[in-house]
Amino acid sequence: MKYDIILSGVGGQGVLSLASVIASAAVEAGFKVRQSEVHGMSQRGGAVMAHMRISDGEIYSDLIAQGTADMILSMEPLESLRYLPWLAPDGILITSAGPLVNIPDYPELEEVHKTINALPSAKLVNDRELAKEAGSSRVGNMVIVGAASSHLPFSMDQLKKAVARLFFRKGEKIVEVNYKALDLGNKVS
Amino acid sequence: MSEFVVLGDEAVALGAIHGGVSSCYGYPGTPSTEVMEYLLEYSKGKGAPFARWSSNEKTALEEGLGTSFAGKRAIVTMKHVGLNVAADAFMNGALLDIKGGLVIVVADDPGMHSSQNEQDSRFFADFAKVMCLEPVNQQQAYDMTREAFDLSEKFNIPVVVRLVTRLSHSRASIVTSTPRAENPLDKALNKRDWILLPANARRRWDSLLTRQKEMLEYTEFTASNPLKINKENTSRGVITTGLGYNYFMENASELADNPSHLHIGAYPIPEDKIRALADCVDEIVILEEGYPFVERLLRGLLPISTSIKGKMDDEVPMQGELTPDNIRPVLGLAPRTVSVSSMELPGRPPQLCMGCPHDDTFRVIKEVQAELDESTVTSDIGCYALAALPPLEVPETIICMGASITAAKGASEAGLNNVMAVIGDSTFLHSGLTGLVDCVSCDTDITIIIVDNETTAMTGGQDTILPSSRLENVVRGFGVEEAHLLTIPAHRKFHEENKEKLRKELSHKGVSVIIAVRECVETARKVKKKESAS
Ligand code: SF4
Repeated sequence: MKYDIILSGVGGQGVLSLASVIASAAVEAGFKVRQSEVHGMSQRGGAVMAHMRISDGEIYSDLIAQGTADMILSMEPLESLRYLPWLAPDGILITSAGPLVNIPDYPELEEVHKTINALPSAKLVNDRELAKEAGSSRVGNMVIVGAASSHLPFSMDQLKKAVARLFFRKGEKIVEVNYKALDLGNKVS
Repeated sequence: MSEFVVLGDEAVALGAIHGGVSSCYGYPGTPSTEVMEYLLEYSKGKGAPFARWSSNEKTALEEGLGTSFAGKRAIVTMKHVGLNVAADAFMNGALLDIKGGLVIVVADDPGMHSSQNEQDSRFFADFAKVMCLEPVNQQQAYDMTREAFDLSEKFNIPVVVRLVTRLSHSRASIVTSTPRAENPLDKALNKRDWILLPANARRRWDSLLTRQKEMLEYTEFTASNPLKINKENTSRGVITTGLGYNYFMENASELADNPSHLHIGAYPIPEDKIRALADCVDEIVILEEGYPFVERLLRGLLPISTSIKGKMDDEVPMQGELTPDNIRPVLGLAPRTVSVSSMELPGRPPQLCMGCPHDDTFRVIKEVQAELDESTVTSDIGCYALAALPPLEVPETIICMGASITAAKGASEAGLNNVMAVIGDSTFLHSGLTGLVDCVSCDTDITIIIVDNETTAMTGGQDTILPSSRLENVVRGFGVEEAHLLTIPAHRKFHEENKEKLRKELSHKGVSVIIAVRECVETARKVKKKESAS
């Protein structure tokens, strides 16, 4: 079994903390994980991408080969499209519907959404609304993980355990809000 | 034995800790920064090992040499271009009779994710005639760091551990082994082996040349250079170095001919093993992360009977990183089918954070420039380099640490007017000081703007080596005239006043230094978060 995910977004959107929840749950489920991150210059508001590889066997490359990713999981719709060359023909793209406009030539949002919806398998998630519903505008990335959860090779329970482990120091309330965000994301179909 | 999930950089740090390191020095630089960050965090409270940032890579390496002289183990960390700064200490350190193990961790950045070039540090190790180990995953990063200390003490040389971005910044689990105690204090007693006067240096050079053979014997037999021969296939073999190994293995299951394979992870280059491979095959495909370092040697100058495919004949891209995709053609594998977006996607380059103090300073410069017939702005390495991109587009040169001041000096002395050099506080203390001394000594017509955000922001907000409040005194001490040394708040509120001050200093025909101060907003946010958590 192998499950390869391209994670994307804009520097500062919490792509790395999203990655750490998935990685932590995968380790919990007994898989081997390799996660290649982005540090340095591009973190300053630029396009960022991370490769997450989950497998029950040896993983050699830190980078996912083009045309083989099982999923693109993105915090930003335009950014999700940037990595299409990595997606396998039967892969799924799951992204936040909400744009982050910090460039002058950001295209019409409608066109971005249309392009995403035209893909064989894609999900646009209103993470900002759902995050508010969960109780904090800052848990959008957890809504996104929730929306991906039914495709991931481990259970919601294992995801929640990972959240508990990563956030327990921040207090019970924060953990609860993150759980709720996961559940709300999970309901998006 | 315990299992940890760590970054490649952190695996190196753990290897050093378990390898009995006593002192750790370095200068922040992507992708090497997290080695020291881990060591600093680990030593907090425990007080051991001794871990501190240094002013620059040269001072760091010299400090490490001092540790070794005292008989203890030291690790020194830097990015690839940092080794250029440390080159003097590095090349000469190779001649010393290294006592306590000295490991120099250099993180290269092929693909230039966060750097100005993609130089390959294996050349430097070769130049200095010392050993170099190159891990391909986190486990090897841990193991090889430990091994590097032992080799350093075995052969009495500094040993280089070469990392690249994709390993430095990739996470996976490692299994650690039993920690080793630190070395006792045991100073090197033979002064002749540590004083590089010509007579001694000749003797030391002779000794280093003699030890080459022993090092080569080691790399011929080490498990880090595995050679797997498939006698069934005489048509081709593969040599990999660095992460080329991973990308080859990723594709290997698709190769029906199961080629013989030599991987090189320890240098000097194991020559006999290469010959042994060449004896079995007609063609060698070579996949190297970095420059064609081994390939160049393979090809030589005179005709050979083995055909070679690699970077030098454009079978593998010469520039940038290897990937699991770009090595497929040379292996004879078809490219995978990929889909592309049906709409055109604009790029999203990095940019200064909202509210960044540099933004305010560069706006001041840009507006004053617009009033002048002629002006020149040089800049330096750090977040503020992003001011070279739209919408600001102010700097005209960015070269290497500290070059803003010195290049501006040269440009001014060549006849350009209204020359401004913009440099960060950390970069100024790294390599700007000597340039300022040059300017003062020549009374150069220059306006130096030190953008003081009170941190080393680009690499994640390390404290500057001196508190920023002391910068003014440092500059004053070099003899910059009091009237032309001013500190301004880098804030929009003072925009017009700041413009006026800059105009005035530009009209002064001599050295002016303006220190534009305001804390990096990212660092300020982190400090606030920490405070509210405690
Ligand atoms: S990290 Fe700090 S210095 Fe760098 S761009 Fe952001 S605010 Fe400016």
